[in-house]
Amino acid sequence: MDILFKVLIDPFLQMGAMPDLFVQTIWDGFVTGVLYALIALGFVLIFKASGVFNFAQGIMVVFAGLTLVGLYEMGLPAPLAVLVTLGVMFVLAVAIERVVLRPLVNQPDIILFMATFGITYFLIGLGELIFGGNPKQMITDQLFLPRGAIEVKMLGGFVQFQKIDIAAAVIAVVMIVALAVFFQKTRIGRALRAVADSHKAALSVGISLNQIWVIVWFTAGIVALVTGIMWGARSDVSFGLQVIALKALPVLILGGFTSVPGAIVGGLIIGIGEKLGEFYWGPLVGGGIESWLAYCIALGFLLFRPQGLFGDKIIERI
Amino acid sequence: MFYRETGQFKTNYADDMAVFPILQDRLGIALILAVAFVLIPLTGSNFLLSSVMIPFLVFSLASIGLNILTGYTGLISLGTGAFMGVGAYACYKLTTLFPEVNIVVWIVASGFFSSLVGVLFGLPSLRIKGFYLAVATLAAQFFLQWCFTRIPWLYNYNTSGAIEVGQRTLFGIDVTGPKASLEARYMVLLTLVTVLTWVASNLMHGRIGRSFMAVRDMDIAAELMGIDLLKTKLLAFAVSSFYAGVAGAAMMFLWYGGGEANDAFNINQSFLILFMVIIGGLGSMIGSFFGAAFISMLPTMLKFGLPALGIPLAGATAEHLTYILVGALIIFFLIVEPHGLARLWQIGKQKLRMWPFPY
Repeated sequence: MDILFKVLIDPFLQMGAMPDLFVQTIWDGFVTGVLYALIALGFVLIFKASGVFNFAQGIMVVFAGLTLVGLYEMGLPAPLAVLVTLGVMFVLAVAIERVVLRPLVNQPDIILFMATFGITYFLIGLGELIFGGNPKQMITDQLFLPRGAIEVKMLGGFVQFQKIDIAAAVIAVVMIVALAVFFQKTRIGRALRAVADSHKAALSVGISLNQIWVIVWFTAGIVALVTGIMWGARSDVSFGLQVIALKALPVLILGGFTSVPGAIVGGLIIGIGEKLGEFYWGPLVGGGIESWLAYCIALGFLLFRPQGLFGDKIIERI
Repeated sequence: MFYRETGQFKTNYADDMAVFPILQDRLGIALILAVAFVLIPLTGSNFLLSSVMIPFLVFSLASIGLNILTGYTGLISLGTGAFMGVGAYACYKLTTLFPEVNIVVWIVASGFFSSLVGVLFGLPSLRIKGFYLAVATLAAQFFLQWCFTRIPWLYNYNTSGAIEVGQRTLFGIDVTGPKASLEARYMVLLTLVTVLTWVASNLMHGRIGRSFMAVRDMDIAAELMGIDLLKTKLLAFAVSSFYAGVAGAAMMFLWYGGGEANDAFNINQSFLILFMVIIGGLGSMIGSFFGAAFISMLPTMLKFGLPALGIPLAGATAEHLTYILVGALIIFFLIVEPHGLARLWQIGKQKLRMWPFPY
């Protein structure tokens, strides 16, 4: 009975007793969730357009962040460094399309999945070779990102909002809106949606798949850069971040591989669920459950909806 | 010229369905076994045994396990590292609780514990498919890894939190612990790998293997043909994790000689074994060995090979270059031969049959 009380009732009593702490936890979870969603977003873009399970998205985030900081340290002014980093991501997209995707077209999914592993290893090695393996400080001030925190008095206590977190949430929203406009209103966006629907039909109406893949990987690269700046500003820029990228995977299965809204909603569910679980239920089993809780939440959802919350319905025929 | 089946007539069904239908293949296997069992332990240097052969054997066992799941049954798993860990911890608990029972028995028995855990985490595979399943198996990886560090009972409340390998003997010879000779450890491992490969090969050639492959090719069709999906998929998870578990126990007890789980059984290990299976060839026994050989020896080859070629490397740079090279090589191999080294081997054999005539 005691254990049931501790699992089922006590955490909620704690939430009720200290609502300010509860709000703080939710906020932390929300911001983490936004960042998970951003990583998942880059992934979904690529999966929709080319059917590639891009394991390298996490490393692209780190690589973009590292390139930005590395270029700044080499003496480029911050805005120029951002531009050059975007150029690097573009070159990367072209290179990946040329060297990896084009020769492997029409191969089974798992082969392409493995190829993105190759990209991951390659980028880790390249990044460390050029910029060194030490963690770096993100250049927040130079990019006009705010610092410090706002404390709001509410619910009988203080809740702290880091300004960078607020900025992250705002930028994420702006970027998602921009992507939505890009997809719905522009010519290229329409072509991208066509490719996502059917490769063959898109080819037959004269859409160049190769071109689309470059654009999609470049878009994912831009998303990666923004994510890299945000994650980097919250902690530091190092290859340790790739572990966090693994956290984006449950977000994906939760939201569905092919759904942009799914990535966002999934990110928020995982982010908030994880923080609440760690904070209120974690101590019962000795803490550290953050590492697997996200997967278990996602697994629970999957048992009821095998294609994720928003994924395309899986229809199987003989 | 010499590799040709001309004149080898098969007069009954058993001959026709043999795993190695050609005499030369059988001779080749016998030769490889003779070299592995006699020549290497007698003449091999310590370096060859400790940093080439033992890792190779452990990894080939693990990749046979994963190949049964991914290559034969078509279920992608990213939790192999954790299942290996289950084997290692099970073996550790068993041998400390019952020290009088032979260690080899426990290494094999620990595979069954790993099987149980594997079946448990295989349950979602009935609802979830493809990459969704791959991500779902990551839950096993992270959850089990968390258990390894947070449940002190598993490592017998050691202060170090690591597995400590005690002194155990087989026929009066030390096989584990600090005093065990490399040759003894190698021989035990080699015997295990040989026997288990034989078992796996027979399983895959029989009814069970066929039902696995039917599920891989299309599970709905397989179900219509009367294959029980629940049983088959769970059996695949059980067999696969059994091999992974034995590999994990062998890794800790015969190779590392103790250590912490988070280093040995982390997510990178799972990925590494998936590499081996894919580079070696999905759904191929010999491919598992090729893949294990390639991936487990690659870092060693780069470490000692590049300086030998006159490319001097400092420690950190060497590590980064290794990463770049491994990445590039993976992509290169996938492009050149997406079906893995096993396919190259087949093509080579076909060429050899024709040689020296072009047709």
